[in-house]
Amino acid sequence: MASETGIGASVKRKEDARFITGAGNYTDDINAAGQTYMVFVRSPYARAKINGIDTADAAATDGVVAVFTGADLAADEIGDLPCGWMVKSKDGSDMVAPPHPPIATHAVNYVGEPYAVVIGETLEAARNGAEAVDADFEELPAVVDLSTAASADQIHESVPNNQAYDWELGDKAATDAAFDSAHHVATVDIVNNRLIPNAIEPRAALGEYDAAAGTYTLHTTSQNPHLERLVLAAFVNVAPEARLRVISPDVGGGFGSKIFVYAEETAVIWAAGKVRRPVKWRAERSESFLADCHGRDHVTTAQLALGEDGRFLGLRVKTKANMGAYLSTFASSVPTYLYGTLMAGQYTTPAIYVEVQSLYTNTAPVDAYRGAGRPEATYVVERCVETAAREMGIDPAEIRRRNFIQPGDFPYDTPVALTYDTGDYEASLDKALEHIDYGGFGARRAASESAGKKRGIGFSCYIEACGLAPSQVAISLGAGVGLFEVGEVRVDVTGSVTVVTGSHSHGQSHETTFAQIISDKLGVPFENVTVLHGDTGRSDYALGTYGSRSLAVGGSAIIKATDKIIAKGKKIAAHMLEAEEDQMEFADGTFTVADSNQSITFGEVAFSAYVPQNFPLEDLEPGLSEKAFYDPPNFTYPAGAHICEVEVDPDTGVVDIVDFVAVDDFGHVVNPMIVEGQVHGGLAQGIGQALLEHGVYDDAGQLVSGSYMDYTMPRADDLPSFTVDTTVTPCTHNPLGVKGCGEAGAIGSTAAVMNAVTDALGVASVSMPATPETVWRAASACGEAPKAPKEGE
Amino acid sequence: MEQAGESRIAQPRDRVWRALNDPEVLARCLDGCKSMTAVGDGEYEAEVGAKVGPVKATFKAAISLNDVIEPESYRLEVEVKGGAAGFAKGSATVNLEEVAGDDGDETLLTYRINGNIGGKLAQIGSRLVDAAARKMAARFFARFAVDFDTA
Repeated sequence: MASETGIGASVKRKEDARFITGAGNYTDDINAAGQTYMVFVRSPYARAKINGIDTADAAATDGVVAVFTGADLAADEIGDLPCGWMVKSKDGSDMVAPPHPPIATHAVNYVGEPYAVVIGETLEAARNGAEAVDADFEELPAVVDLSTAASADQIHESVPNNQAYDWELGDKAATDAAFDSAHHVATVDIVNNRLIPNAIEPRAALGEYDAAAGTYTLHTTSQNPHLERLVLAAFVNVAPEARLRVISPDVGGGFGSKIFVYAEETAVIWAAGKVRRPVKWRAERSESFLADCHGRDHVTTAQLALGEDGRFLGLRVKTKANMGAYLSTFASSVPTYLYGTLMAGQYTTPAIYVEVQSLYTNTAPVDAYRGAGRPEATYVVERCVETAAREMGIDPAEIRRRNFIQPGDFPYDTPVALTYDTGDYEASLDKALEHIDYGGFGARRAASESAGKKRGIGFSCYIEACGLAPSQVAISLGAGVGLFEVGEVRVDVTGSVTVVTGSHSHGQSHETTFAQIISDKLGVPFENVTVLHGDTGRSDYALGTYGSRSLAVGGSAIIKATDKIIAKGKKIAAHMLEAEEDQMEFADGTFTVADSNQSITFGEVAFSAYVPQNFPLEDLEPGLSEKAFYDPPNFTYPAGAHICEVEVDPDTGVVDIVDFVAVDDFGHVVNPMIVEGQVHGGLAQGIGQALLEHGVYDDAGQLVSGSYMDYTMPRADDLPSFTVDTTVTPCTHNPLGVKGCGEAGAIGSTAAVMNAVTDALGVASVSMPATPETVWRAASACGEAPKAPKEGE
Repeated sequence: MEQAGESRIAQPRDRVWRALNDPEVLARCLDGCKSMTAVGDGEYEAEVGAKVGPVKATFKAAISLNDVIEPESYRLEVEVKGGAAGFAKGSATVNLEEVAGDDGDETLLTYRINGNIGGKLAQIGSRLVDAAARKMAARFFARFAVDFDTA
């Protein structure tokens, strides 16, 4: 049903009314009677032995309810924070993860690691108490530099060489052979800079313990409350799953950083049981910088082997990935199965070999951040391709065309374990070239030159594996959980519909998009559909939101449940119309007997389902409520072409993004306005990485970019007015034909920007972020590297 | 963090030296100093309230004097703990040079501070800490120079 509120319509967001009027209900908005406040006492040292912690003064501080250290959690048999994905090294050995107590016991290993908690009647009292905690630290030399971490001091007793694993993927012999026969080899050395997520809402938690029922309720800022509950129950031992409810109310952005199970939420819910009162914690922004998992942080050397005709023959990638001080919830999977597997990009490169050594340092743990592994992979592939084009004197658009997997090649098996189901990469590139007016670039560059500026254009033809994930594949690769999703469609007596999804919305707009799907499929007015999410007490176990999966996996579960509703509705309608079930047809909210004018509305069927008259109860149950679990048979593969045009002022080093075009293939689009918004946000984050953002630790392991004075978030005036467009090859294996759009902007854009900046300067590389200082210094080497010829130049 | 500076004091070197070794003088001249106690030979403990940007705390400092060449120079080692506010540690080399002034002997005091900071102090930005330390040093020497008149 094509309508103003159905699939494909740019319906305004249901969520916005409450968000823009300040009526959102975030964790910190929720208060419980008798609530206490928790403050974390955090290590000022990057690495130190704890010789003792004196909590007496803190406990005696006015208004302090309790002070706990790691020893108290250990005494209650509270377990370590686990990593949920087992990655094996080349030699077949298991990855090595150090013990990770929620509250440090014997040593602290990064600045900001909590070593005590203070609970107060007021926040002020808790803070005063925290000031009075006296720890005796013995400072040790910090391991900070990733490139030398393997040969530095051993951080954890159980982790030799500070190595989590040394992983490989692909056919080394075939790749070596490809290089032996290469006409040209392009080499890039790149650093993928550490990012600090900075969701607009800091993490928060409110833990409550009901002594009468013996149940715990945790309100928190989690992207996946079921995972939080599973880990807290099964690994951390706070309470059995059935006696622990985790609720994620409105959440202000996550970008991956709110997937993980952290020390703070764990301490809050445990302490609520301990002090028998509600316990509240909300991170200060300074704490978020220190204690949220960071993203990226790779050092990589990559080589692309090419034939004389510019065809890619082989790709070799060697990466060191920074894990930080401990292995966070999904940290191990990010630089491996979400990274190495994407090295084919959109190309037919026949032989690929990837090696990743993941190392511990005395820095905050690193885990998934918008794109998670795929931006890093895209950066490697697209910097290699651009470098090869320049070195071989081939137009950067042309070299990509020569190597694209063609529409007739699908399903396409890459040499790095994935099977792409569909795509048309040239269609996206063509559209992007048209939008940016590639033919006019030469004239624009000349105009810039005459004004004393340097103009450059950069391409990035990215691909991502989204819609995480086929459980069977993920589990065989080491995932500790299945990755399906649940959807429940409850038709109310009066015909309105309540949808319960296991995936969570913290900016993705489920309440709108999922209502559009239901409205479209069931013919129910859009405003009569309510979407509930983020509550383990309401939905069955499912996996939440990450990896651009909500629509492709969560939406598909809802479609499956909706199909069941329609099937049941047909039974009821057939009963009411005294027709055969297989004669019933359903369209536009009406059940009709085939080839007749006998029909009945969806609303009438719903009412009848709950006011059952003469139902043949053995064949037909009352009620109209269905649930489905959807486990995707494959990943989805959103792909697209991003082109960035920059003008650089060589005198100041300022990079001005004068144009940015993103043409993405997300398959079918349910709400184009929301998709455009997701792309805009992703582009801002990808551009932020390229030009502005950098998480920096000094040699002693102090976080020196720990506030907005030193960590530069992208602002509106840093960004151009984006041109966003789409092409469509529907996903072949989910009922909506959708692929996911949440991460694409952050995945594709970074490489496009850096390819443009280096093109403008005529240098082989510029390190990220390309701040004015970095660019100004690089400008002194202007014109030293070859430039690729461009159409119209 | 590295800082250096100098201050010319219209007093003979011996007098400056004595003042520099007098905890009471030091306590009077140091902004926010709540106490300064000699706890041993050339060892002091101090409590100083200081504000660096948004970080406000009482810092506990353990100070020891080393390489003392009376009345010319010493090296001051400081370890500062500010609890949740973080820590600082470093050393300051202080040199006194006799110079001729218009009205008699004067003293040129030069100092060089080396230090590093950690925790919240480092996080909120070493630029702020540098500025705060510079200001603190400037105020200290301004007061120190005139303290001889009041003493």
